[in-house]
Amino acid sequence: MSSAAPRTVDEYRQGVRSRTFSSGEFLEETAGRIQQGDESIHAYLHLRLDAARAEAAHAEPALALAGAPVAVKDNIMMAGERCTCASRILADYVAPYSATAVEKLLSAGAIVPGKTNLDEFAMGSSTENSAFFPTRNPRDPSRVPGGSSGGSTAAVAAGFALAAIGSDTGGSVRQPAAFCGVVGFKPTYGLVSRYGLVAFASSLDCIGPVTRSVKDTAIMMNILAGHDARDATSIDRPPLDFEAALEPDLAGKRIGLIRELGGLSVQPDIEAALEDARRLAEQRGATVVEVSVPHILAALPAYYIIAPAECSANLGRYDGVRYGLRVEGRDMTETYSRTRNAGFGPEVKRRILIGTFVLSAGYYDAYYRKATEVRQLISDEMDAALAGVDALLTPTTPTTAFKLGAVTDPLEMYKADVFTIPANLAGLPAISIPAGTDSQGLPIGLQLMGARFGDAGLLSVANVLFEGLGGQA
Amino acid sequence: MTTTIGLEIHVQLATQTKMFCGCSTAFGDEPNTHVCPVCLGLPGALPTLNAQAVVLATRLALALGCTVHEISEFSRKNYFYPDLPKSYQITQFDRPIATGGSLPVVTSAGRRDIRLTRAHIEEDAGKSMHAADITLGGETLVDFNRCGMPLIEIVTEPDMSSGDEAYEFLRGLRRLVRWLGVSSGDMEKGALRCDVNISVSDDPARRGTKVEIKNLNSFRSVKRAIDYEAQRQADCCARGIAIDTETRHFDEVQGTTSPMRSKEASNDYRYFPEPDLPLLRLDPEAVESQRREMPELPWQMQERLERDLGLSSYDAALLTEEREPAAFFEATLALYDNPKKVASYMGTEVARLLNERGASLGETRLTPAGLAGLLAMVENNTISNTASKEVLPLLLETGKAPEEAVRSLGLEQVSDTSALEALAREVIIENPAQVGQFKAGKEAVLGFLVGQLMKKSKGKANPQLAGEVLRKLLA
Repeated sequence: MSSAAPRTVDEYRQGVRSRTFSSGEFLEETAGRIQQGDESIHAYLHLRLDAARAEAAHAEPALALAGAPVAVKDNIMMAGERCTCASRILADYVAPYSATAVEKLLSAGAIVPGKTNLDEFAMGSSTENSAFFPTRNPRDPSRVPGGSSGGSTAAVAAGFALAAIGSDTGGSVRQPAAFCGVVGFKPTYGLVSRYGLVAFASSLDCIGPVTRSVKDTAIMMNILAGHDARDATSIDRPPLDFEAALEPDLAGKRIGLIRELGGLSVQPDIEAALEDARRLAEQRGATVVEVSVPHILAALPAYYIIAPAECSANLGRYDGVRYGLRVEGRDMTETYSRTRNAGFGPEVKRRILIGTFVLSAGYYDAYYRKATEVRQLISDEMDAALAGVDALLTPTTPTTAFKLGAVTDPLEMYKADVFTIPANLAGLPAISIPAGTDSQGLPIGLQLMGARFGDAGLLSVANVLFEGLGGQA
Repeated sequence: MTTTIGLEIHVQLATQTKMFCGCSTAFGDEPNTHVCPVCLGLPGALPTLNAQAVVLATRLALALGCTVHEISEFSRKNYFYPDLPKSYQITQFDRPIATGGSLPVVTSAGRRDIRLTRAHIEEDAGKSMHAADITLGGETLVDFNRCGMPLIEIVTEPDMSSGDEAYEFLRGLRRLVRWLGVSSGDMEKGALRCDVNISVSDDPARRGTKVEIKNLNSFRSVKRAIDYEAQRQADCCARGIAIDTETRHFDEVQGTTSPMRSKEASNDYRYFPEPDLPLLRLDPEAVESQRREMPELPWQMQERLERDLGLSSYDAALLTEEREPAAFFEATLALYDNPKKVASYMGTEVARLLNERGASLGETRLTPAGLAGLLAMVENNTISNTASKEVLPLLLETGKAPEEAVRSLGLEQVSDTSALEALAREVIIENPAQVGQFKAGKEAVLGFLVGQLMKKSKGKANPQLAGEVLRKLLA
């Protein structure tokens, strides 16, 4: 293969269609990078390279993805492949069906090299909570890739795939995208079907793409978006052309900075990157204004009540009765207890316990009900703020990637989700784009949030800033 | 002693597919053949609501006079059990589809409206088959065919005071669900299940301690369990023994109740709104049109048959037990306007034949026109009432027109005077003693002589004409 290997899906498609190289050749090169590099990065939990090679031989260049390698997070079902959720409790579970998102990718000509690592059941921000092994950041292997979709973002950053899909419940696509220097997008809730995504917190979970450019995000969204009768929370709306909606500048656009987030402690290099982005937006024709989302700082505590509550119900099914790990006890109750004790890691147990507590009799009103009221309030405030601007600009994370093992206090880990969580609580689209590096050369990510179902417009704004800030990280 | 009873009834809605997936609701197939990722609660699968289940639930709620709510909400009821694959049941909790309403119940104590608290829709669990049911070394197996079946749960107010009343409530509810086509109502197939709440107090101003009874597999079990439990609690009261708030299990063989493990009663179900399903929003116009299209309800029709057509309450109840005989009755009446005759014929002759065959009306070839024609032939003396009973089976089996059936059986009534005279002469010759008595003025003997004539004619003689002929010959 030539030295000018494509870095994006867009370039790849042009290359395949102009017969500069073939799908098989490109997959072979990708496979070579995986075989050479993934032993140290550990982006993938399981590979299916032989199957992928066979598929690449018949790839159809006319299809939207034209045989491009796309990695799939291992909490999304792909028929016949293992789906472990990086948990011992599902270590040998083989998916009996495919997620709608996977079906769509495959019919668009994607080739899946393997399933990527994650924090167990998508609970975590570093991919250190995988029951099997942590994933390392390709930009600095002593550091975490972020999480929970750290395997997907590391795979894209390392060139182990041209794109990937992950799941974002509180920032699980955007935060690792920021840490790895790639683009991560969480669509409006209901825009991409959740059917086949293993539930963590159903009202917050979204499948979203990880790519190396915003244009690739648009290409992926053209495939992934759409109503699915198998997901009752999926919204039936006329289809959008995300790629066609990308505009060259920000003329007439308004970008908001959220006043209440101004006081948060953020790494100075990230503050500086935010300021650069602000200036760039103005140069490209946008007006930057300050907006208020009065209760936005209550998003974090509300999230850490609602998400565990839903998780405590969603993970009850892993009881050793029908599938997955089973550790026998003297009676049914002991079998449940032993199975779940052996099968779940500490973070998952912590959240199940918190969730069980906040839903229990006598505490429901004080915790769960209150949290859902706060959620509604924030959602209304975000809608109101976004009625006056085209996008809200924030950092994606307070810091760049930290070292493996550096953050041990769960609360410290939770607090780092402060910028990403509001979009999940409100169900709004949000994207993290690379915005240069810090003094140590680690990628910085900035976040843009858009109005409900304003996904295409948001990608357009993000694309202008992404390209202006240097394009591919 | 005051006995207070409330019921919680699960009615399986008669849909083709399950509540949240496309699996068949067929009963009695091989275990675990009607299952899919959704009803098995496999990772990643999501529920989607069966619209027909909502239509049926709405129909029943409207018939019961409930307030049907434009917006209702599904919730998760969390508990661990092997037959509950998601570890939660999708049900309705804070915002059920319907509240209020009532069902009229008639007992020897008269008619009463039993008020309803609420009705909500939910999915069924699978069926655990324990060592007693299977021969697999004490193992428990689970059949998930039933898992995800659509149910409506109806909760009554504590308005009943006897086993009889509860029994009649259940009969009334079953009649209604069958009438509306909302459910088969078959208790033996689990399509109707009932739990009882009962309390007894020696102070009429104060309600006693509530005890729940489970494992009631027939209407009779419900009545027996209540009768037993009311007596047990009354005995406790009389002897000053405290009654525990508990769930008791009914033993069908012994006819007694005994406490279930207390663990099962102390569950905290941690209900919360089901995030996988949006709020259930009913189209008010669709609900209104369901209300407009509501058929006459069985108790309304029963009342009308008694009031306007003068039927006995027995006949009226029998005819309105199910929609099919009720409709058959009305169709027959349109062709032969004698309600009492039609009702009584359906309640005796037709019912007997159906019973013998174990069939419903619809499973036979009898038509309203057939029955009306048959009754008309009796009335205009073409055949005797006795002969009609021989014709009826043929109508049931072949669907022939009654005239044709009568002809094929050779049962036309003999109304030909000369033929009757010949038979009458034979009777007079063969029964000189009775003839003597009649001539001596004993009028009643004529009946005997007519009977003899009928016998000779093999039932075909017109009895009235036969009497006249005999009287003329003996004059």
